[in-house]
Amino acid sequence: MLEINTIRAGYDRTTVLHGVTVAVPKDGVAAVLGHNGAGKSTLLRAAMGLIKPTGGTILLHGEDVTRLAPHQRVARGMAYVPQGQQSFPHLTTAENLQLVADGRPDGKEAIAEALDLFPVLRELSGRRAGLLSGGQRQQLAIARALITRPRLLLLDEPTEGIQPSVVAEIEETILALTRRGGLSVLLVEQHVGFAMRAAQQYYVLEAGRVTSSGAGGTESEQTVRAALSV
Amino acid sequence: MTVILNQSFTGISIGAVLLLIALGLTLTFGQMGVINMAHGEFIMAGAYTTYVLQKSISSAGLSLLVALPLAFLVAGAMGALLEWLLIRRLYTRPLDTLLVTWGVSLMLQQLARDIFGAPNVQTHAPDLLIGNVSVAGVTLANNRLFILGLALLCVLGLTLILRLTSLGRRIRAVVQNRDLAEVSGIATERVDRTTFFIGSGLAGVAGVALTLVGPIGPTMGTNYIVDAFLVVVVGGIGQLKGSVITAFGLGVLQSVLEYSTTVSVAKVVVLVAIVAFLQWRPQGLYTLRTRSLA
Repeated sequence: MLEINTIRAGYDRTTVLHGVTVAVPKDGVAAVLGHNGAGKSTLLRAAMGLIKPTGGTILLHGEDVTRLAPHQRVARGMAYVPQGQQSFPHLTTAENLQLVADGRPDGKEAIAEALDLFPVLRELSGRRAGLLSGGQRQQLAIARALITRPRLLLLDEPTEGIQPSVVAEIEETILALTRRGGLSVLLVEQHVGFAMRAAQQYYVLEAGRVTSSGAGGTESEQTVRAALSV
Repeated sequence: MTVILNQSFTGISIGAVLLLIALGLTLTFGQMGVINMAHGEFIMAGAYTTYVLQKSISSAGLSLLVALPLAFLVAGAMGALLEWLLIRRLYTRPLDTLLVTWGVSLMLQQLARDIFGAPNVQTHAPDLLIGNVSVAGVTLANNRLFILGLALLCVLGLTLILRLTSLGRRIRAVVQNRDLAEVSGIATERVDRTTFFIGSGLAGVAGVALTLVGPIGPTMGTNYIVDAFLVVVVGGIGQLKGSVITAFGLGVLQSVLEYSTTVSVAKVVVLVAIVAFLQWRPQGLYTLRTRSLA
């Protein structure tokens, strides 16, 4: 589905990723784990096209998308939920969703499906996104990404900084989405337990390099924890 | 009492002109943050479009009606071209943008001098817009009423576009979070160009209106550009309603002061008042409040 091959990327003159190779299986979940500053978010930003890699390639369904703009990648079935519950703060919840649905023939149905996943957003449709709680904004962010009907979803720490009562809800929704089929996920996560429950494949990133990788599942949890504690 | 009402109407009509010239800037400067010093020359382009049209269409009324959409297109195309050629390369360098667009403004003024000559030219106002109407002892000039109506119509149109259309949603989204808009599937560069097209087009419309109250010349835009920026800054960057209130507020203040003092003193007092106001509220009249700006 997605093949990131020996990608090198960074900001200005600082190289953050030193030849990272990560693959997301079709209809499967690959988790990227690592400490703060390891380059996890940079990897997703490079995969989405927000930063231009200085080396390596990114293939989506075998097509080289390395030089495509982010919106062109969205048109090819990629969606991205960035870190930090990002939204368009001065647009209402409904406008945040409608914005992505605009121009899509199945926009109405896509919004309805996204609202079924996160019913709380229905009650908040008229409220400006900047006034929502962190958890609500993250639900809005995931809903917005799903409206594009992606085949590949990039999730950057979807439960970070969210009140515990909503974390479980978001985790369950993500697991349900991945089990439904037709969606591949590249998940960046600090919570090892959740990441390993969701993933078929894991990668541990340290200082911009993959230092450990293997099959996912709860049985690999200890291996990953050991790799991260080094 | 009549004097007060007359001066108020004069103030409102000055405010309407201020609003028209500032409206395009609420998009290009207020929404996009681009300091486009050539905005005044888009006003000039709109005015000259009216002048050229009057040479081929003898009816002043018809030529004015045709000039409004045509000036919008001409000035809008000039703005979109400027954005594509220069400004899009300078989005992260505001000072360079200011200098480059100032250079473009000088070039456009010279171009106008080469084509139309240095002396000012004049257009004929339609008969309907010549003369006054009297309401309760207050004399209202027809051309000023027309400009007021046009300004309000443009504000309404722009508000509806920004609030209710998909283009408006995209414009607001790109302003609020460019990266997030891009990864949400929005072609942000195209939105930038469209925004610039509309903002510059509105300057063209203002240029048409200005032909009704003054002469047309290569430097006419420079006379208005500072006032236009003042309206947007005092109103609050990115806030349409702030610009509307500020334009009419400044217009009435200026008109009342002009009546009790002189034109020059009124100008000085208004500028001092603006400086004092911005010391007190640097963010302008209106700001957007949110729980988080992320």
